[in-house]
Formats: sequence, C-alpha cells, structure tokens
Amino acid sequence: MVITESKNFDEILSQLTKGSNIIILGCSECATACETGGSKQVKDLAEKLTENGMNIINQKVLNISCNLLKTKRDLKDLENIDNCDTIISLSCGNGVQTLLNLTDIKVIPGTNTLFVGEEVGSNYFIENCRACGECRIGRTAGICPITRCSKGLLNGACGGSKNGRCEVNQRIKCAWIEIYERLKNLGELDRLYEIQPIRSYSNISKRRVLNKGKQDNA
Amino acid sequence: MPDSKLKKTLDNHNFAITAEIAPPKGTDFKRQIKVAKRLMDRIDAFNVTDFQSASVKASSLGLCIELIRNKIQPVLQITGRDRNRIAVQGELLTASHFGIENILCLTGDHPSHGDNPEAKPVFELESVSLLNTARSLENGVDLGNNQLDKPYPEFYLGAVTSPVYTPLEVQLIQMVKKIKAGAQFFQTQAVFDIDTVRSFIDRTSQMNTNILIGVVPLKSAGMARFMNREIPGIKVPENLIKILENSNNPVEDGIKIASDFIIQLKDENLCQGVHIMAIGAEENIEKILNEAKLN
Repeated sequence: MVITESKNFDEILSQLTKGSNIIILGCSECATACETGGSKQVKDLAEKLTENGMNIINQKVLNISCNLLKTKRDLKDLENIDNCDTIISLSCGNGVQTLLNLTDIKVIPGTNTLFVGEEVGSNYFIENCRACGECRIGRTAGICPITRCSKGLLNGACGGSKNGRCEVNQRIKCAWIEIYERLKNLGELDRLYEIQPIRSYSNISKRRVLNKGKQDNA
Repeated sequence: MPDSKLKKTLDNHNFAITAEIAPPKGTDFKRQIKVAKRLMDRIDAFNVTDFQSASVKASSLGLCIELIRNKIQPVLQITGRDRNRIAVQGELLTASHFGIENILCLTGDHPSHGDNPEAKPVFELESVSLLNTARSLENGVDLGNNQLDKPYPEFYLGAVTSPVYTPLEVQLIQMVKKIKAGAQFFQTQAVFDIDTVRSFIDRTSQMNTNILIGVVPLKSAGMARFMNREIPGIKVPENLIKILENSNNPVEDGIKIASDFIIQLKDENLCQGVHIMAIGAEENIEKILNEAKLN
C-alpha cells in the first residue's frame, strides 16, 4: 500500500484562508490503514481547524480516493460541494491529484506520501519495493537490492559493511550479505557471479502510464 | 599501447608501490605536487582520491592532470556516487586525452557520511559497471552503443577489495566479477595483520591477479581505535594499539610498524605490491619507503 504521514497542522493551516469554506476528504484504503486519512483523522482535523476559526462545511472518508470514476461520482453527490472553495485531501498524493483532475476547487494535501510499503505491525511500515518497473528479486533470493541496499547496487556488495551491517545505517543488515546468505542456503550462489547489466532509467525518469498493458509517455 | 609505469612494474613481476594523495579542499595543489614530485621516482603511481569520504574537494581528474603536467603518473580514482553514465564516460575520455591510463573503479562512500550529507546519491554505476564502462570505451563504443571517434582510450584498470570482511566470500565473489569486468590489479583496504594477508592471498591465488596490499601508517592509539570503530574493513590488532599507547613518539612508531609490515610482505612474497595511504600525512610516505628500504 501507499504509506503516508500526517502533515504538520501549521503547514496545513498556512495554506488556508480565513473565511473559506472547507471540505475535508479522507480515504478508506491506505490512508485509513496508516491512520492519516480515516474517519478519526478527518474528524480531528475538522475540530482543530474549527478551533482555529476555519469554516468546515463537510467532512467525509471517500471509499477509495484514487479511482477517477468512483471519485467523480462521490464528488457529484457530495453535500455542499457547490459552496466549497478548498478541499483538504487526507489521502496519498495520487488521491489528492485524482481530486485535482475532477474539480477546479483548490485542493491541498494533508499528508506526506512516503513510500510503497508493507505493514509489519501496528503503525509500523517498511519499504520493500521502489516500483522500479523491472522486478529482479527472482535473481536475488527475494531481497530487493534497489530498495534494501542503501546504494541500490545491482552487482553485489560494496566494501562498506561493518559486522554485517549497512555502512549507512548500522541498524539494518547489509542487503547483499542477506542475499548472499539466502542464495547460499538455496544452493544458488552461482547467481552472485553473474554480472548484471546497467539498469535502464528511460522508463522511470518520466511519468509512467499503464494503458491496457502498454506504457507510453503521457 | 599504454605505457603505464604501474602496469610495467606488475607485468615484470617487480614489487609495485602506489601511494594515495588527496586533492585539497580548496584551490591550491602546491602541497600535493610537492610531495608527489619528491617521491615520483620511487612510486609507480599516485592514487588521487575522488571526493574521498563523500566530501567536497577539488576533483580527482583535476589533480591527475596537474600530476601528468609534472610528468608524474596518477591512478585516477573514479566512483559512481556523483556521476551518471554520461558524466562517467565523459570523465574517462577526458582522462585519456590527458594521458591518464591507470583508473581505479570504486562504488564510493554514501554521501550521508560526507560533508554535504544531503546530496543526492547517484550510484547509477558501481565498481563492476564502471569497469565494464571503461572497457566498452576502449572498444570504441559508449554505453548508448554509439561509436566513438578515434583514437579510442586505453586504460590500465584496477579495483578495490577488503580482506578484513565477514563473510569474506562476498568480497571474493566481487573480485571474480571485477576481474571478469576488466580489473587487472587490486588495491586493498588497509591491513595490519600478516596472518590476514596470508589467508587472503591463499584464497585469491587462483584468481591470478595483482594485489597491492593497503598500508596505513598509524599516528596514534586513538587513531587506531577510531579506525577500528568507524572504518569498515579495518582491524588494528590490540598489540599494535598497545605499542602506540606506550610510545614516546607514536608517529615514528607508526611508520616503523608500517615499514616492518611492508618488509614482511615482500620477504614472504605475499603480494605484488603495496598501496600506502598516509591519510593527510603524505610527507611520511618517504620515511616509510626509507625504512622499508624500497628503492
């Protein structure tokens, strides 16, 4: 899922104009799981903004906010939308922009989008995938070197590991030592001797669009 | 054909000596040139570090060009940390134009360790890919598969390795890959223990490559402890730390330890040469050479 954190309240406040009519929209999916855009966070933000003299005219958790057609219907039926001049979106950056694509009303984000991640405990999320578009973990015993090696190296370990830990962050294990250990256990150590070609950045350095399985340059 | 002095020394099975020299954090190269000039007849090549420890300094290429102007042979150290493939290839072509042949390909320290820790890390190419890239340019083709104008560059390519590393097999696999990618010599992280070298050489003998063991003259017990704590791949044995601790002149004793180590490496014929890293005290390199009776 897409991992988000709540923005600092003062930052949200600084983007609002007193007297404007505000709608706060959460998201039932990832932002709810991250406790950044669920019903409680929407309600809390509404209360805090009201205390600060803002005019909240509606608040709602959208049933998934990054689906254009669904959100279009939700906005159409949204009470008080015609009187609204600012929407605060408590979803990931995609959800914020789904709203932007559907309305001329000013939309501001109430969260920071952090990464694509996995929930490993309550309020504990980790990144295991960078969405590089060319998954190669089949060759690295299921451990993603792009995400888990601090340098994103594709051709094995650097010399920087100390006591099996990453030179950048002593709290994490060196991804390439982990890959080595797992491949060794799997009896596939030969894979480490293969020279991996240099990764192509031509696709990921531009906005990516997937349309019926085809990528183009929209 | 390249006329790298380092290559000739190693090809002729003579004991090779390289020494590290860092560009200044500023614009004045006088100190570096002075040290290098004094030692040029005794050293096969001077490694010029590439923004060592991910810190802003004058560039490796710049000091290498200045050394070449003074008829001193450098080893251009190049990392993938700060340059994408376009910049790397351009830098290698420029190096070749100026007559720089020895190239040491390293992945590079992460910027978070440096003096501009918020810098964007590039790492598009790591050590293995850098070697492959240099090879490709030698064959007249860039990484985009475009033909180069003649003459094509000719390099003498090297890489690094770390004998004090657990599990060592990870580094050994990297060495095999680096050789496959074009590395003709290796310079190692500093080693202080002869048994470590013996077992490392034993495990790499099948690779038939040139290994220059890294030597760092210790300046104090504090420096040794700091390196043990902070620097990956460094293990200064306790007995050496004790000697420095009880010494009235730890700098001189550090030089003695380093030169005795080199003598032992040479006597036992363990490696093809040494790589001296004096870390800011390049003036001491001469004393080490004298004490080790090199040249």
